[in-house]
Amino acid sequence: MNAVAFVHEQLTPKREFPKFKAGDNVTVNYKIVEGNKERIQSFKGDVIKRQGQGTTQTFTVRKISDGVGVERTFPLFSPNIDTIVLNKAGKVRRAKLYFLRERSGKSARIKEKKRAVIAK
Amino acid sequence: MKGIIGKKIGMTSIFSPDGKQTACTIIEAGPCVVTQVKTKESDGYNALQLAFGDKKEKHATKAEANHFSKAQTAAKRFVKEFRDFSIEKALGETITAEIFAEGDQVEVVGNTKGKGFQGVVKRHGFHGVGEASHGQHDRQRAPGSLGNSSDASRVMKGMRMAGRMGNERVKMKGLKVLKIFPDKNYILVSGSVPGHNGSIVFIQK
Repeated sequence: MNAVAFVHEQLTPKREFPKFKAGDNVTVNYKIVEGNKERIQSFKGDVIKRQGQGTTQTFTVRKISDGVGVERTFPLFSPNIDTIVLNKAGKVRRAKLYFLRERSGKSARIKEKKRAVIAK
Repeated sequence: MKGIIGKKIGMTSIFSPDGKQTACTIIEAGPCVVTQVKTKESDGYNALQLAFGDKKEKHATKAEANHFSKAQTAAKRFVKEFRDFSIEKALGETITAEIFAEGDQVEVVGNTKGKGFQGVVKRHGFHGVGEASHGQHDRQRAPGSLGNSSDASRVMKGMRMAGRMGNERVKMKGLKVLKIFPDKNYILVSGSVPGHNGSIVFIQK
């Protein structure tokens, strides 16, 4: 095993996330510290990419908020991620959905994958 | 002072419990063999000579082979002296990554990546001409004037110009030891260290 993978294996806490990929609709519950209070903020949208490997993996979620596209990139193994909920499995043909940025309205929808198993 | 010879493996990042992500470098440090103990009486100063990394016996000169055999070890690739070593070690003993503790502030010394012959913009941070119009043509990254005219009639010493860049010895100070894996000899150090992956670095405190 190479050294970087070894270090990742040693230092990454075991966490259970649903299996999701680009095109899926997810809700990310993210811990936010305000002063000394901690609260959970949720961010719901379509995953447009997953990137990296091991501890440094990140994924980007895109949503349309008040008519404005908002994208947020989360480190998958950040301790600030409380939970990730998979809402819908999408049917897409590529791994990076950057083309959604140029689309809006009807054409920006992602088809839902039928017969997909979604763990509730 | 204490120190060890290591090999830069690569970079990654780790999370602290409060969610902060820190960039860090993995260094394979040691085990190093003490190949010579220098003392004030015999050599005029106190130092430990450490050796790291194996090399084939046929590649060692007779002088090297004899020197290493005094410490009863195989031929080594890299040798480095550390002055006034704070840990007492005898000839032939090994030094491992465990001389450091997590949380220590260390210095890492290494040679930076060679950049070859570079212009003044990259090498010295000149700003170039800055404009493509107003009569400028083909000289966006040029250094401009080298100095005065007839009074002097020469270029001042030390004028920064284009030339070889990189492959210099650099010491990174104040790096923190984030984690040690004693069975694998890995040390995780915060931030970046000089050189490419696989290059030799010295960690010292």
